[in-house]
Amino acid sequence: MISQIIFALLLATAGYFIFKRYQFVKGNILLGQKGPETDRKGERLRTMILVAFGQGKMFSRPFVALMHLILYVGFVVINIELIEIIVDGLTGEHRSFIGFRGYYRLLINLFEVLAGLVIIACVVFLIRRNFGKIKRFQSPEIKQWPKRDANIILITEILLMKAFLIMNAADSLLTVRSATPARVPSFWVSQISQPFLKPLSTGALEGLSHFCWWFHIVGILGFIVYLSFSKHLHILLAFPTTYFSKLQSPGNLSNDKAVTNEVKLMLDPNAVVEPVEFSRFGVKDVSDMQRTQLLSAYSCTECGRCTSVCPANQTGKLLSPRKVMMDVRDRMEEIGNAKAANNGVWVEDGKSLIRDYISEEEVWACTTCNACTDACPININPMEVLVDLRRYLIMEESKSPDSITSMFNNVENNGAPWAMSAMNRADWTNE
Amino acid sequence: MDFKIRTMADCLAEGTTPEVLFWVGCAGSFDDRAKKITKAIAKILHHTNTSFAILGSEESCTGDPAKRAGNEFLFQMMAMQNISVLNAYEVKKIVTGCPHCFNTLKNEYPELGGNYEVVHHTQLIQELLNTGKLKIEGGEFKGKKITFHDPCYLGRGNGEYEAPRQLIQALDAELVEMKRCKTNGLCCGAGGAQMFKEAEKGIKEVNVERTEDALAVKPSVIATGCPFCNTMMTDGVKHFEQEHTIAVKDIAELIAEAVDL
Repeated sequence: MISQIIFALLLATAGYFIFKRYQFVKGNILLGQKGPETDRKGERLRTMILVAFGQGKMFSRPFVALMHLILYVGFVVINIELIEIIVDGLTGEHRSFIGFRGYYRLLINLFEVLAGLVIIACVVFLIRRNFGKIKRFQSPEIKQWPKRDANIILITEILLMKAFLIMNAADSLLTVRSATPARVPSFWVSQISQPFLKPLSTGALEGLSHFCWWFHIVGILGFIVYLSFSKHLHILLAFPTTYFSKLQSPGNLSNDKAVTNEVKLMLDPNAVVEPVEFSRFGVKDVSDMQRTQLLSAYSCTECGRCTSVCPANQTGKLLSPRKVMMDVRDRMEEIGNAKAANNGVWVEDGKSLIRDYISEEEVWACTTCNACTDACPININPMEVLVDLRRYLIMEESKSPDSITSMFNNVENNGAPWAMSAMNRADWTNE
Repeated sequence: MDFKIRTMADCLAEGTTPEVLFWVGCAGSFDDRAKKITKAIAKILHHTNTSFAILGSEESCTGDPAKRAGNEFLFQMMAMQNISVLNAYEVKKIVTGCPHCFNTLKNEYPELGGNYEVVHHTQLIQELLNTGKLKIEGGEFKGKKITFHDPCYLGRGNGEYEAPRQLIQALDAELVEMKRCKTNGLCCGAGGAQMFKEAEKGIKEVNVERTEDALAVKPSVIATGCPFCNTMMTDGVKHFEQEHTIAVKDIAELIAEAVDL
C-alpha cells in the first residue's frame, strides 16, 4: 500500500513539474507576436508528417538518420510499456498485463529488441559526440551546458533501457526458480544477461527486479521533467515547428506588412490600408519575434547542421546559425525567469536580443544563402531571424556598415546599388 | 550590338507587344563583366526570334539588396515603383539575367501587386532548346570539363538545379559536379548584400573556399548563372592564379559562343 501511495505521489509530483514547465514555456512563446500561419492547413499537415513524423530531412545523412530513427522508434514504442508500469504502480500488481500471454511476450520481445538497439545507438552517439572529430560538436556555443545536456540525455537513455532489460532478466529467472512472478518467459535480449544474474539468491533477484522497476519509472518521470528544460524538447516541439514552418519558396523573404502600409500611404496619402499590430520595425528583442519563431527556438536540438553548412561559419566568421536559435531561447528563458521572480510582471532589464546576445558582427555576416534552413531537420529558419535583426538595426536605429548605407543611398537615388545613372542602363545595347 | 534592342517604350510607340520582358538587372546594366552576359542573353533571344524588349532607363533595382540588408522600407518602395511600371506596360512574362532579380520578382512582388510569369535566363534558354528553337552544336566546348556553381537564389531558393545542367550537357561538355552541389551548394559569398560590403573578420573569404571546391574537380570552365557569383568566382580563380587555365563564364555566354553568336 505504501509503495502505491509513493508511486501516486511521484506521478503527481512529476505531473506538477511538467505542467509548471509547460506553462512557463508557453508563456515565453506567447511573448512573441501573432503570426499569419493559420492558412493552408493541408500542406502544413503534410509537411509535419513528412518532416517531423517521417524524419524526411534526416536522411541526407543516412547513418546518423538510422541511429536517430532507432532512438525515435524506441522512444515511441517502448513507452507503450509505461501503461503497464502505471497500472502496476497504482494497483500494486506486478506485470498486470501478463495475462495477454502470446501478445505480451511478442510485445516485450519487440521492446527488448528496440531497447538493445537504443543502447547501441546511444553508445555510438556518445562516442561520436565526445571522441569523434565532428566540427559541429566542437563549436564554442556547444561547450559546457549544451554538451553536458547531450551526454546526460544519452546516458540516461542507456540506464533506462538497462533497467528495463535487467528487470526482465531477473523476472524470467524468478519464474523458473520460484514461480513468482508467474509466467514470465525468457525474452530475446534480456536472456543475454540471465547468466550474470543466476548466481544471485532469490531474495537478491527480487530486490533487483524491484529496484529496476522503480529506477525505470522514476527515471522516466525524471527524464520527462528534465527534457522540458533541455534541448530534448525537440521530440515534442518538432511537430508544431514543422507544422508552422514556411511554405513559400525558400528564397521568398516575407514582406513586412507594417512597412507595406507605410509605403502605400507614402505613395498615396488616401490609400486604404488594413492596420496591422506590430511592436516595432524588425526585431530588437524576442518579444518582437513571431511566436512560431520562438517556438522553433525551443525545438532546436542543437545538432548544428545549420552551422556546419553556413558559409560564414565555415570561413571563420563569428556567425553560427545554431547559436542564433540558442540565443533566442536563452533570452526567452531569461525574460521568463525574471517575470516569474517578479510575480509575472516584466520590468525592462535594459537588455535585448540584439547586442546582448547576438552581435551586429554576427548579424552582418549572413549571406542569406538559405543553407541553414535547408539543412535543418525540422525547418527552423535562423536566416529570417538575422534579417529581422537587420530590419531593426536599419529601420529603427539607421545603423549599418558604411558601405551598406551608400548602397541604400544609391538604390534610393539612382535605382541601382552603385552610383550609376538610370539614363545609362541601356548603354550596353550600343556597345 | 549588331541588332536593335527595343525598349518597352519603343514597343508601345510601335503598337507592338513583346512576348517577354528581359529584366537586365543592375549588374547586367552597369558592370562591365556582367554586360557581356547581358549581351549573350540578348543574342540568344534575338537568334531564336524571341520577341523581347527591355525597360532601359525605366528599369530600377528590384530592391533585393536593400531587403536582404534589412531595409524593408526601401525594398517595398522600389518594388511598388517597379510594379507600377511593369503593370503600366501590361507585362506578362519576364526573363531575368540574375537569380536575385528572378527570386524577388517571382516571389516577393506578387503580394505587392506584381503578378508575372518570371523565369531565369537558363530556364528560358532550356525552353528554347526543348522546343527546338535553339540548336546547339557542341563546338568548342565538346568534351571539355565544365562545373556548375549553383546560385543560391536559383537553386536552394527556387529549386532550379536542372535547367543550367541540361544546357551544359547540350554543349556536349563533360559536366563535373563539385563535392558540394545542388542543395548542398556553397554560397559564393555575395548574397544578402555582402556584395556591397567587406566581409566580417574570419580566416578566409567565402569565394576562396568555394573556388577551392571548383578547382578540386579540375574544370576548364566554371559555369555560373548569376553576375555576382561570376564576380566572386572570377576573383577566386585569380586568387589561385588560375585565370589563364580556367574560365569563369555564364551559361548564356557558353551557349552564345557554342552557337557562334
